[in-house]
Amino acid sequence: MGLEAKLTQDGFITTTIDSVIAWARKSSVWPMPMGISCCAIEMIAAADPKYDIARFGSEVMRFTPRQCDLMIVAGTVTYKMAQVVRRIYDQMPDPKWVIAMGACTSSGGMYRSYNVVQGIDQFLPVDVYTAGCPPRPENLLNALMTIQEKIGKTKARDYQNRSLKELELSQI
Amino acid sequence: MNLKELITDKVKEKFGAALEEVSDFRDDLCLTIKNNQIVQLAKFLKEDTELEFVMLKDVTAIDWATRKKRFTAVYHVYSFKLNYTLRIKANIDDDPPAIESVTPVWRSAEWYERETWDMYGIKFINHPDLRRMYMPEGFEHHPLRKDFPVLGIPGSLPLPYKAE
Repeated sequence: MGLEAKLTQDGFITTTIDSVIAWARKSSVWPMPMGISCCAIEMIAAADPKYDIARFGSEVMRFTPRQCDLMIVAGTVTYKMAQVVRRIYDQMPDPKWVIAMGACTSSGGMYRSYNVVQGIDQFLPVDVYTAGCPPRPENLLNALMTIQEKIGKTKARDYQNRSLKELELSQI
Repeated sequence: MNLKELITDKVKEKFGAALEEVSDFRDDLCLTIKNNQIVQLAKFLKEDTELEFVMLKDVTAIDWATRKKRFTAVYHVYSFKLNYTLRIKANIDDDPPAIESVTPVWRSAEWYERETWDMYGIKFINHPDLRRMYMPEGFEHHPLRKDFPVLGIPGSLPLPYKAE
């Protein structure tokens, strides 16, 4: 961000609350590693020193949904597993984002079959789809950067009432 | 004495006409037994001191789709004593398909039979806990039947609610 350069000049910066919040959010996206099958291996590889997801502030993979912003759905989602994925997603606090990692999650992939959900966007709001079977770690990092770009453009209040809206909807 | 002859002769002697067919395909011996004799045969194969087929490797089924006896239950059993794997088949003519469970003989049959029930809809009579194995509870179809579409029946499996 080049903050240090600013500090040596006047010692203060002018900005908006929205952009500060967006900057903070996008710089520390904590992923929920929803590693269901082989894509998980590439997701793990993205966290290792060679690809180093820490460069993007996302090294804190949390295994509790309560502490996550980003769900990386890495693997084949069956109809049975869909209930679990959705339940974990629902437990994540707002604002939250979803990466559909790989062919299976995006479209069912090679499993054109009765037991696999043909694309997780049937039950989850997906932000970024990642191609590949499995995608290479670079591809996942690219997806993360795309998410960061998206977060950078959001206003803080965009997500303020989202959970309330969902709550109202689910009560119908 | 030849191993296959030993097994065939012993079963033939004990079960007679209930042994419907003996086939030897690609060196695999396969006995087809009348479906109401399956537990008796299982018990005999396991308890006979010369055979001792103590291990049940798999239970599965075949859907012939067009045959009058539409389903065939298939069992693979193994004897450590003879180091031999034997296949047993039983053609099922009941509708809905049903056959006696072999769980009282081989404990491992419990989950195999649950799987076969889940995939083919063959009821195993006297099974201790005949629930579905893979498909969710409440699912009404049996996916490995020939009349089940590969992509499933729309709406038969529920998805979580998606809020916009």
